[in-house]
Amino acid sequence: MKKTFGYLILLALALAAPFVVYPVLLMKLLCFALFASAFNLILGYGGLLSFGHAAFFGGAAYFTGHALKAWGLPTELGILAGTAGAGLLGLAIGLLAIRRQGIYFAMITLAMAQMAYFFFISAPFTGGENGLQGVPRGMALGMFDLSNDRTMYFFVLAICLGGFLLIARAVHSPFGQVLGAIRDNEDRARSLGYDIERYKLLAFVLSATLAGLAGATKTVVFQLASLSDAHWHMSGEVVLMTLLGGLGTIAGPAVGASIIIALQNYLASGPFAAWVPVVLGVIFVTCVLSFRRGVVGELRAFIRRSF
Amino acid sequence: MKLFKKLAASASALALLASGASAEISDGVVKIGLLTDMSGTYSDVAGPGTVTAAEMAIEEFGGTVAGAPIELVSADHQNKADIAANKARQWGDTENVDAFAELVTTSVAMAVFEVAKQQNKIALVSGAASSPLTNDACIPTGLHWTYNTRAMGVGTGSAVVAEGGDSWFFLTADYAFGESLQKDVSKVVEAAGGKVLGSVKHPFPASDFSSFMLQAQASGAKVIGLANAGGDTINAIKAAKEFGIVDAGQKIAGLLVFLSDVHALGLDTAQGLQMTVSFYWDMNDETREWSKRFFDKTGKMPTGIQAGTYSAVRHYLKAIEATGSDDTDIIVAKMREMPVEDMFAHNAVLRTDGRMVHDMYLAEVKSPAESSGPWDYLKIVRTIPGEEAFGPLSESTCPTK
Repeated sequence: MKKTFGYLILLALALAAPFVVYPVLLMKLLCFALFASAFNLILGYGGLLSFGHAAFFGGAAYFTGHALKAWGLPTELGILAGTAGAGLLGLAIGLLAIRRQGIYFAMITLAMAQMAYFFFISAPFTGGENGLQGVPRGMALGMFDLSNDRTMYFFVLAICLGGFLLIARAVHSPFGQVLGAIRDNEDRARSLGYDIERYKLLAFVLSATLAGLAGATKTVVFQLASLSDAHWHMSGEVVLMTLLGGLGTIAGPAVGASIIIALQNYLASGPFAAWVPVVLGVIFVTCVLSFRRGVVGELRAFIRRSF
Repeated sequence: MKLFKKLAASASALALLASGASAEISDGVVKIGLLTDMSGTYSDVAGPGTVTAAEMAIEEFGGTVAGAPIELVSADHQNKADIAANKARQWGDTENVDAFAELVTTSVAMAVFEVAKQQNKIALVSGAASSPLTNDACIPTGLHWTYNTRAMGVGTGSAVVAEGGDSWFFLTADYAFGESLQKDVSKVVEAAGGKVLGSVKHPFPASDFSSFMLQAQASGAKVIGLANAGGDTINAIKAAKEFGIVDAGQKIAGLLVFLSDVHALGLDTAQGLQMTVSFYWDMNDETREWSKRFFDKTGKMPTGIQAGTYSAVRHYLKAIEATGSDDTDIIVAKMREMPVEDMFAHNAVLRTDGRMVHDMYLAEVKSPAESSGPWDYLKIVRTIPGEEAFGPLSESTCPTK
């Protein structure tokens, strides 16, 4: 009951936000919150540190951009095409990567993501260093003109809410429980008769698909897809967001993404413009050293201790 | 009491006057958003120096134009199109920015063009070099000020071919600017009877040029053309020196070299290099006076991009002063109508395709013996008339020209 009430307040805030805050910034925030939440699914709940999620995010961004710009698909189909593309890419990379654990898993995903990056830099349809620009936003459901920022915001909010709900559902389902068991003790889960490879692969593909959904939506918002979406910096940034917000919590990654995006946005035009990476680095080190559970994790622990 | 009344009356009259004068200035402020590379490959040729240059233009107006204050905001786009587009969009949407300035790196300029087109704002391009900006990729409010790749090709390309460098191999930065520069120079080389033997693309930005240099060496071309800029050009020239390519008889042609690059390379390495420049500080009293003021603020002599940013911002403000409005269409029309007249360009014109046509200069780097001191690096070999450098308007493929 209390929880439902809290969610309703959050929803009301989200609906009112674009009338107070710049909608494009909010949309960016939502997209990255979804990206980080998708990443958290595999790291926080599956215990697999992927260092190649930018490939899914950036890949979907390019696929969607191309589908909308060159093929002239309607916006929803374009986003779906990008998301499906990221899912397939996730399946291909996942099949290889889940055979290994720990650092080897991270290295395989990184290597595959770098291969994807070099594909994107040299493939003619991505525009190389220039990126894909002038991607049309189009209409939602053929009725709502998305070139209006507020209309676009509600469209993005709907997509991201769908994504968050799917993640929350997956985490609290029997599938999520098995995933947690595999994370905590792989051998025991195997001895209980679970086909852990299949669970891991499914989680990986789900995470890649949702990361793709975030990337595809981002392309429509900004009307461009560029190499920085697919660069390994992006893979690193999403790790940072997730750890800062709180690993293995539902709200953590969204909070972490909000903090990072807000900071980047705020610092970009101040005296610290050239120091953004340093500031983020300091925050990361502080977070890892002093509050390892992340903002939401610490908050939850504090509430449990005190009440 | 009487005095008080008088004061109040004159104050309200003043207020009326002020509000009347700025009635046509949107939001009561003229705001320029400057996007540049503050910390990366192009931060020396453009970067913080362009902010200083724009500030100098604003200072000339005493900080106000047509009764409204002039504000300058700047941001680092890190040479990334997405960051630039997001920032420009935000400035236009929420901070009432009237014009975007500088925009080094072609991909950035193109991304900001997209935003400027949607929001109907002016883009004053100084640092980006690609000639498509006033051809296929042009927009009605995108003004390309300092130079372009065609002018570079005409200047350096033809000069090198005339000296017998008739077979070329290109080292090209792998994005729109590099491709555009290579294409424009190839045209000039082939028109002059030279041959292009091949090219290799390098990632942008790159630090290790050894494998590309070896390819260029193996091509057997007489001239290795560097279709890149900034830190990339410096690294490539250094690599060429390390591999003894120049000593072995091949010639390096830097197609987009700036004063700051010569400063970084040193005269020993750079001497004899021919380069096309839009501006050199030591040309006449006007340029020396302005550059000295610039030097006092930054500790460096200005590059063409920095001087061009000054000129573009100044001309933009001149148009606002003349019309008393900051409406995009009125200002662009006025900017075209008035000749560009300042220390950077004389009697230059802004064409309908967005190209600012002014004279360019072919320069040669002095030898250490010829140089009388720091920053005395170039001698002007030839003045290239604007029409020759940028081509006639009929040649432009801009659809809205």
